[in-house]
Amino acid sequence: MSEALRQLPPLIASHVLLAAAAMGLALLIGLPLGIASARRPRLGAVAVGFAGLVQTIPGLALLALFYPLLLALSALAGGGVPALGFLPALLALTLYALLPILRNVVAGLQGIDPAVLQAADAVGMTPGQRLRLVEAPLAAAVAMAGIRTAAVWTIGAATLATTVGYPSLGNPIFAGLQIERWDLVLAGCIGAALLAIVTDTLLGLIERGIGQRKRGLTLTGLGLLILGLLLACLPLLRTSQPSVTIGAKNFSEQYILAHLIGGRLEQAGYRVTYREGLGSAVAFRALQSGDIDVYVEYSGTLWADTMGRKDTPSREAMLDGIRNWMAIGPKTVLVGPLGFENAYALAVRPDSGLTSIADLAAKAPNFTLGADLEFLDRPEWRAIREAYGLRFKATRAYSPTFMYRALRSGQVDIISAFSSDGRIAADHLTILADPKGAMPHYDAILLTSPPHAHDAHFLSAIRPLVNRVRVEDMRSANYSVDRDTDKQPPEAAARWLDARVRAPH
Amino acid sequence: MSTETRPALAYEQVSRRYAGVSAIDHISLQVERGSFVALVGPSGSGKSTLLRLANRLDAADTGRVLVDGQDVAHADPIRLRRGIGYVFQNIGLFPHLTVAENIGIIPKLEGRPPVDVIAALERVGLAPDLATRFPAQLSGGQQQRVGIARALAGDGKLLLMDEPFGALDPVTRDTLGRTIRWLHDALGLTTILVTHDMAEALLLAERIIVMGQGRIVADATPREMLAGEAGPEVDALVAIPRAQAKRLSELSR
Repeated sequence: MSEALRQLPPLIASHVLLAAAAMGLALLIGLPLGIASARRPRLGAVAVGFAGLVQTIPGLALLALFYPLLLALSALAGGGVPALGFLPALLALTLYALLPILRNVVAGLQGIDPAVLQAADAVGMTPGQRLRLVEAPLAAAVAMAGIRTAAVWTIGAATLATTVGYPSLGNPIFAGLQIERWDLVLAGCIGAALLAIVTDTLLGLIERGIGQRKRGLTLTGLGLLILGLLLACLPLLRTSQPSVTIGAKNFSEQYILAHLIGGRLEQAGYRVTYREGLGSAVAFRALQSGDIDVYVEYSGTLWADTMGRKDTPSREAMLDGIRNWMAIGPKTVLVGPLGFENAYALAVRPDSGLTSIADLAAKAPNFTLGADLEFLDRPEWRAIREAYGLRFKATRAYSPTFMYRALRSGQVDIISAFSSDGRIAADHLTILADPKGAMPHYDAILLTSPPHAHDAHFLSAIRPLVNRVRVEDMRSANYSVDRDTDKQPPEAAARWLDARVRAPH
Repeated sequence: MSTETRPALAYEQVSRRYAGVSAIDHISLQVERGSFVALVGPSGSGKSTLLRLANRLDAADTGRVLVDGQDVAHADPIRLRRGIGYVFQNIGLFPHLTVAENIGIIPKLEGRPPVDVIAALERVGLAPDLATRFPAQLSGGQQQRVGIARALAGDGKLLLMDEPFGALDPVTRDTLGRTIRWLHDALGLTTILVTHDMAEALLLAERIIVMGQGRIVADATPREMLAGEAGPEVDALVAIPRAQAKRLSELSR
């Protein structure tokens, strides 16, 4: 737990910064728009309707939607608009915070006794004086209730910013969920909840101050809020070391490798931040745009999904193809393969007597195939099925954990495994050979962003990892993080793996 | 014509229509300086509209409204309103301001030195210790007295009152009516009081204008009205308080 707590301060800082910026922007838009909406009912209907519509979009989807939107915008503007990180998170959270602010400002203004407004006109108030002296103080209590709701939502929803690569308290939550480290999940959840409670309490103080016309109370609340904001953001003001951002997709191996790379870069004097939990398609774009500086990709993923290639060439041909494609197109750099593959493979129990897919065709009609949720829809499955003429008795889809259990208990006879999965070694499974080369290669490859293409200092820090990570070591490291008991944090697994990389092979 | 001889308020062929229906239909009227005029008539007869045209809370479609000889259409509505006292049935005190702040609002808006709140409260018959209270802590009658004090704090000589006693009990109505009449005389005001209570009009005003369907139906002194010289419609209106007064005097005999 103490290790989970240690990584919190900088995450709290960026979390608070994001939530505060989103609330500030939402207030900047919501207050004037709310005032205008209260005066013009048709504008009000459109504005509140729009904000309500935004609210129906799940927070995660809203964040995801901003990614292509900003990419398109960046293309229109000739580049320079970051599609990942702070900006999409800010925009999504701002839109999210808008509804409660807008709705309550309108309700607060419309709830004022018409006689009071008539009196304001009758004593000769200008529209500005009426707003400042009568409408604002009388609508403040209802408006503040909306602002409090918006603040609590925003602080909670800011955890989702992790998915677009902005560091927040969502980092330990998403990472913890992925590697089943509940202390991390708890640390993130409690941190976010505490922030929300403290903020809500201080806003409540301000609300009471306004409602009871106690200026001291209002100023105390406001002062504490600003002080808290500054304190929370303190960790951001640290050093001016050169900083790099390491990307990671959303599974254990990626977390471990990110920390392996991070350790090397820290030794080279860099300040390292991690953007973890990136979607598969998002990661490469993030590298291309420079939002992240380095991450580990898999050759087959790039080949089929990003480059759109349908063929399955040999290992070397694929790496050469990727290198050439990068040089012409995205200008990212293939530093080199790490030395292991994380490919789809067919795995069987050790007592099956099988060693190769070629031997499988005859036995397949008596076998039940267990697959993960997407394998049966993927081209890899079509490729080996056709290459070897496989016909199974039945196929069943599982989430990965249950797929391994099903194989162990005999519910299925063969499964679609990932070749670097730690459970292969733990369950002593046999990976079937692929003599026809039908399965595409998924070499783990180290990629860096265009600005580092000729950065010798940077490259010299990470190049020693090339071809030094063995698949058995990767499996052990993955297993130490994935297993149910005596789990290791990815940082510890990365340190262990680093020692294995340095040891003579 | 000097300021003193000009009528305080004049309407010249004024009309106002809402959605095609006449609220005010070609009314011409002059209100002499220092007079106390009651506007009487059923709901929807145009009494309130006529009042609201004077301080531009509403605007005439045709015709001119003159305050102190000046066409209000060419006046700055903000300055105009600060110079005219306006009191209405719903009172409209600012609930978040103290009694003192409510009374002092017009001078504050104009950046003038604050009013003598104690004197203003005493003038309308309220105790000085109410100054720091909030409107919700006062009775209905006290609230309306604060409303009147606020209207007078602008130092205007024209006081427009739109059914100021509408929501009050009979005893409060009576004492507040006397207070207003006293203020009118003491401050040299020109007062226009909208009411639907003929007895009130007869007792307070020196001139009663009866309105019906946007037009002036009768315009006479209370004495003329009681003497039956103002036409059959007024006779019908006067008959009720007269009959009540007669029955009351018979009862006490």
